[in-house]
Amino acid sequence: MTGILYLIPIALAMGLAGLVAFLWALRSGQFDDLDGAAGRVLFDDPSDTEPPASDRRLPP
Amino acid sequence: MSAVTTLAPSRAPERAAAAAACRHCGAPMARGGGDFCCSGCAGAYAFIRELGLERYYAGRSFDPRARRPRPPEEPAGDARLYAAAAGDGTASLASLVDGLHCAACVWLIEQALQRDPAVIAARVNLTTRRLFLRWRGEAEAATRMVRTVQRLGYRVIPYDAARESGPSEEERALLRALAVAGFAAANVMLLSVAIWAGFPGEMGPATRDLLHWVSALIALPAIVFAGRPFFRSAIAALGARRTNMDVPISVGVILATGMSLFETARSGPHAYFESVAMLLFFLLVGRYLDRRARGRVRSAAEHLLRFAAAPATVLSADGSSRRVPVASLAVGDSVLVAAGERIPADGSVSQGRSSVDKSLIDGESLPHSVEPGSDVLAGMLNIAAPLRVTVRAVGERTFLAEVVRLMEAAERGRARLVALADRVARRYAPAVHLLALATFAGWVIASPWQTALLNAVAVLIITCPCALGLAVPVVQVIACNRLFRAGILLKSATALERLSEVDTVVFDKTGTLTRGRPELCRDGSFGQEDLREAASFAVHSRHPLSRALCRAAPGARAAEDVEEHPGEGLSRSTPEGEMRLGSRRWCGVSELAASGDADLELWLVRPGLASLRFRFEDELRPDAVETVSRLRAMGKRLVLLSGDRAEAVGRIASELGIEEWTARVSPAEKCETLRRLSSVGDRVLMVGDGLNDGPALASAHVSISPSSAADLCQTAADVIFQGASLRAVTEVLEVARRSERLVRENIGFAILYNLAAVPLAIAGMVTPPLAAAAMSGSSIAVVANALRLGRRA
Repeated sequence: MTGILYLIPIALAMGLAGLVAFLWALRSGQFDDLDGAAGRVLFDDPSDTEPPASDRRLPP
Repeated sequence: MSAVTTLAPSRAPERAAAAAACRHCGAPMARGGGDFCCSGCAGAYAFIRELGLERYYAGRSFDPRARRPRPPEEPAGDARLYAAAAGDGTASLASLVDGLHCAACVWLIEQALQRDPAVIAARVNLTTRRLFLRWRGEAEAATRMVRTVQRLGYRVIPYDAARESGPSEEERALLRALAVAGFAAANVMLLSVAIWAGFPGEMGPATRDLLHWVSALIALPAIVFAGRPFFRSAIAALGARRTNMDVPISVGVILATGMSLFETARSGPHAYFESVAMLLFFLLVGRYLDRRARGRVRSAAEHLLRFAAAPATVLSADGSSRRVPVASLAVGDSVLVAAGERIPADGSVSQGRSSVDKSLIDGESLPHSVEPGSDVLAGMLNIAAPLRVTVRAVGERTFLAEVVRLMEAAERGRARLVALADRVARRYAPAVHLLALATFAGWVIASPWQTALLNAVAVLIITCPCALGLAVPVVQVIACNRLFRAGILLKSATALERLSEVDTVVFDKTGTLTRGRPELCRDGSFGQEDLREAASFAVHSRHPLSRALCRAAPGARAAEDVEEHPGEGLSRSTPEGEMRLGSRRWCGVSELAASGDADLELWLVRPGLASLRFRFEDELRPDAVETVSRLRAMGKRLVLLSGDRAEAVGRIASELGIEEWTARVSPAEKCETLRRLSSVGDRVLMVGDGLNDGPALASAHVSISPSSAADLCQTAADVIFQGASLRAVTEVLEVARRSERLVRENIGFAILYNLAAVPLAIAGMVTPPLAAAAMSGSSIAVVANALRLGRRA
């Protein structure tokens, strides 16, 4: 039974990591355009120049 | 929700349909009319090929709800007014894009803009239909960028990004709460299952208490965070001395949490942390679905209205002109209105002769000629020639503002309607609280107060309206999706409920029952050669009758030296004499030779040949007769109200067999008629599209507009449908009836479940695992029942 003393914190930490990752994704606007993002991948051409990283986060 | 964004490569069907549809915008066309429906589409197609972006055509799929990607005829609003220059030599522009269909459109616009070397970033958001642009250089370049997007076939409406608050902030807060509640529910449930499995058994009380404390540690912050939407709404309701669904939810959540903490502290056997976290999770799912469905609605129509006002051209005394926003016009200004522009403010014509299309204002299907001294109203479309208008009223005193005011007044009246779920909750909440109190009172007589409190809280947890909270939003989301696939957009959350109560249907005529534009009648009085000759005149005019002629004779060659006489017709001098195409009077046809309606006809007079008559009719929508008879079969009372002339309205009414009809009705009278109908207890569905229908749409019990309607109407209407078919009206009523039945079933089920579970709770037999199982069981049952609506299509 002493196993749970460290297993519980490990489980909780992993769960929290998932939660934090989701909240970060939400905050960085990855859920702003679900319809567009779904189709965008089908059109992205490897030869197309990606916009510079600094412009990825744009106002909605 | 994303049924239309699937991107199956559809090369083969496109080729097969190429004969009958425009190759750019996909509009159906008469066979043999060439590849494109108009020169704008041909231009857009060439432009896309020139940019090397033809992949767009292979990858796109049409959204029945959106405007066809046909390059707009009217110029965009002045983009420079809205472009913002940043200090570092860059400028940016935010705008709304009308006509987005799928991810291919997004790709096309972004790629086309990125070909411009100055552009740093071009990003289109498909969900909110917004384009955000940043480029190096002056703000003036905005015009060029907007022009590029317009040439691709989209309407661009620039707006002031700073003035718009993020509409999705509330949605995001709900999603955050949902994530936290989900995390807490899952983890607490893990611990709880361990307790239920291990105690009493191998697990000792110390381990159980430890697990309870860990559960409390996870659940408490999560409940405080995820419960805020409910607490806030409950406090607001109590502050207004009302009660809503959130009051029993909040009371239940707080009491259950407090009691569980107390039990944990005194190392009791029962803690309900997992039930509380799960309850919040399920309720937030319902709340989020509800909000998301509503948020979508807000996007296009509302913003179009707010931002679409194109700037007006004001002429100064010295003859120079400048473009100003409509809001800053002053009384006495002289405004220049080019042909094809809308008149920006109420006023009188000071110079120029033209005809104006008033259909947006009063449903009148034919243009009126205006000359110096005529009064014109904001919203009329100038058809033929440039006009100078002296502004007589601005802002609050214009006709448009009057219509908006009538609409707002009507909408305030409607806000008093209470959704069924809230009505149920109003009776439900006090009953539940009394029951819990009675349970406590009953138990406290014979046992310690802790046990009594425990059982009272168990009653509250069991009766928490989880299924109620999910019952309505899930049905709504599924009904919305189903209607959406049929090209029908539900705008208002309570529209379905109101639609299911409808017993009277009021129709507008022009643009609703009819197509809203005249079509040539091929009655055999003219030959193909005559038609082509008339059309060679007609291509020079934007008059609706001329356009109908051109549609009837596609590919007509334009004749030279044609002169337009506003309100009269077109003329051309030939060596043999003057040829004329126009009204009966102007063409000199004697009243004896002509008979019938003088408004819907054109005469062609050629030297040495007999005069020819082209007759037009504002055709009914293809399935208007069928729809009306089906509505009658459904037992609805039918009324026709129109601002048009009595002959035209009477003819349509007799064709459809509608007995109650009134012609020449003003917007206020329409509103008044609806009020009279509802005062005798009729639940009225209004179907209309003109600006004059706006107040009536807002004051009706529920309202429907075609997507071709004025922006204002699309804002006022609860439902918008796409396409030429009126079948949408019966389809909406049918779906509303069925979803209303599902909602009632769901609510009935939730009540039944309570009737079964509450006695157990009162008897003190509900343990935490039983509470958790009952709660998720009822939620799943409700969702599964709602799914039936989507399956039987």
